[in-house]
Amino acid sequence: MQREAVLNTLVFLALPAVAVIALVLDEPFTITLATRAAILALAAVGLNLALGLGGLVSLGHAVFFGLGGYAMGILASHAQSYAPLDLGLFVIEGTKSMPVIWLTAVFVSALAALLIGLLALRTAGVYFIMITLAFGQMFYYFTISWPAYGGEDGLSIYVRNSFPGFNTLDPIQFFGLVFAVLAAVLLIMGRLERSPFGLALGTARQNAARVETVGLSPFHLRLVAFVISGAVTGLAGALFADLNRFVSPTMFSWQMSGEFIVFIVLGGIGRLFGPVVGACLFVLLEHLLSGVSEFWLIYLGAILLFVVLFARGGVIGALAGRGAHHG
Amino acid sequence: MTTLLLIEQVLNGLQSGIMLFLMAAGLTLIFGVMGLINLAHGSLYMIGAFAAAAVAGATGSFVLALGASLIAAAAAGAIIEIGVIRRLYDRDHLDQVLATFALILILSEGTRWAFGSFPLYLDVPAALAGPVTLPGGIQYPAYRLLIIGVGLAIAVGLFLLIARTRIGIQIRAGESDREMIAALGVDISKLYTLIFALGAALAGLAGALVGAIQSVQVGMGEPVLILAFVVIVIGGIGSIKGALVGALLVGLTDTLGGVLLPLALSGMMNASAATSVGSALASMSIYILMAVVLIFRPTGLYGTA
Repeated sequence: MQREAVLNTLVFLALPAVAVIALVLDEPFTITLATRAAILALAAVGLNLALGLGGLVSLGHAVFFGLGGYAMGILASHAQSYAPLDLGLFVIEGTKSMPVIWLTAVFVSALAALLIGLLALRTAGVYFIMITLAFGQMFYYFTISWPAYGGEDGLSIYVRNSFPGFNTLDPIQFFGLVFAVLAAVLLIMGRLERSPFGLALGTARQNAARVETVGLSPFHLRLVAFVISGAVTGLAGALFADLNRFVSPTMFSWQMSGEFIVFIVLGGIGRLFGPVVGACLFVLLEHLLSGVSEFWLIYLGAILLFVVLFARGGVIGALAGRGAHHG
Repeated sequence: MTTLLLIEQVLNGLQSGIMLFLMAAGLTLIFGVMGLINLAHGSLYMIGAFAAAAVAGATGSFVLALGASLIAAAAAGAIIEIGVIRRLYDRDHLDQVLATFALILILSEGTRWAFGSFPLYLDVPAALAGPVTLPGGIQYPAYRLLIIGVGLAIAVGLFLLIARTRIGIQIRAGESDREMIAALGVDISKLYTLIFALGAALAGLAGALVGAIQSVQVGMGEPVLILAFVVIVIGGIGSIKGALVGALLVGLTDTLGGVLLPLALSGMMNASAATSVGSALASMSIYILMAVVLIFRPTGLYGTA
């Protein structure tokens, strides 16, 4: 585990190092790329709690990513048009303030995770995979056919939302904000993994009967994990929408959910920093391979197939040796 | 709404349900016997459609095109099974999801590379292009009736294959105890390849038949794949009967919901709002159906725990 800790530190410092070097070399696009990697990493860190620790293979985490995105899009678009959002019972003012948007994104995606979790966690294994996939598709088609917020075309926000004390339009300052959020979430997740809750959740994955015999309910443990997991992915969605200043139904697409799982497995499943390594690697591969060939996804598919069939520990597993393995 | 229109929509629902059954039957067989979740099943649907469009373009014969879809999808299925899938039977579901996700990327981009990004068109044969008049004066496209007929014939054939033939006995035995049938001298890996190719052929045929109504393009398989997942969650994984009932329920709910919900709402609100709210709700209707089934039967209508 010693080597893994060193590796984790290196990985963790690599992202801001890249951003700072890019700042010095005056390459704002690279800073944006690093921001994108950090946000995708955050989304996968969220999923990793359910998937890596809880063993819940959710193929529908794009739901929370998309909800976070639309929470930002809807609030900002109402602020942009100065028309409050009338929900019948009460009226919500639009806002361009990031903290408010983040809280809304977390709340909305946690609520959705609670509802989906209550249904989907009644089942296990392959049913769970298919049901989460189906709920993802439900949100995808709903946003396409609901015309109020752009429907299939998506929703553009002209100016990035604001955070007190920061100029969010400056790429490096926005990166700093995103990275601080990622660091805070990683810290909390690390604590959570070692907490009684995290230990019970991990045990529920390996042997649910044991958890039950000590008087804990695997269903409740998994539900709480699923809700926290969804909330973190939702927060990443709000940041992702702010990075692009654009939200569209593709944030809900099942490919998105698939990619989150890919990040986790590329990096190394069951490891706190696995999703971070995986997301950075993915963004790097995407950037390098798409320059080589229009059909870069073929190469990505081949790499992924190789990792699954022959290198199950992912990158961290290959570099740091076998640690806590997914069972 | 007239009764005629309603009957026409019911037929449309049947037609899409029957095509979903062809997809779901293969998925549920593969899961039931091999315990494998195959996300790449939608790619086999796409391969069938592209093979049919290519052969129809070259020869002009729709029958040859259908034959090509069966052969191409079955061959692709067999190759995939032997090359990749075979290594996944003993792995957990996560590995299966990832490896078949990787296969989707490879197959979709490979098809885009070979055929380009523009959709291909597969024409309905001239003899079937017109409508037929059904009893009661209903005009309905002959080709869609043919699809319903072919689908039902395959459903019956599949039931007979599984209930009455030696292969069927082996498939059922494989579902309940794979070690035992291997011990009894059945070549289990050949049987698995055969089942996978059979499921692939059904998916390919569905792709070709639907491809003549819609366009043939990369990515056409995945929406159908996810609908087929909803079907087998409703019907119960591993059950062919469940796949048939689930497919018809989903097909009818999807089609009728799209027509009836906006109409039902038009009494309560103005026309454009009714259309938009109705179509948004209709797009959710099959998932609501799935949720309701899950609340009462977590293992599906015909599933065993």
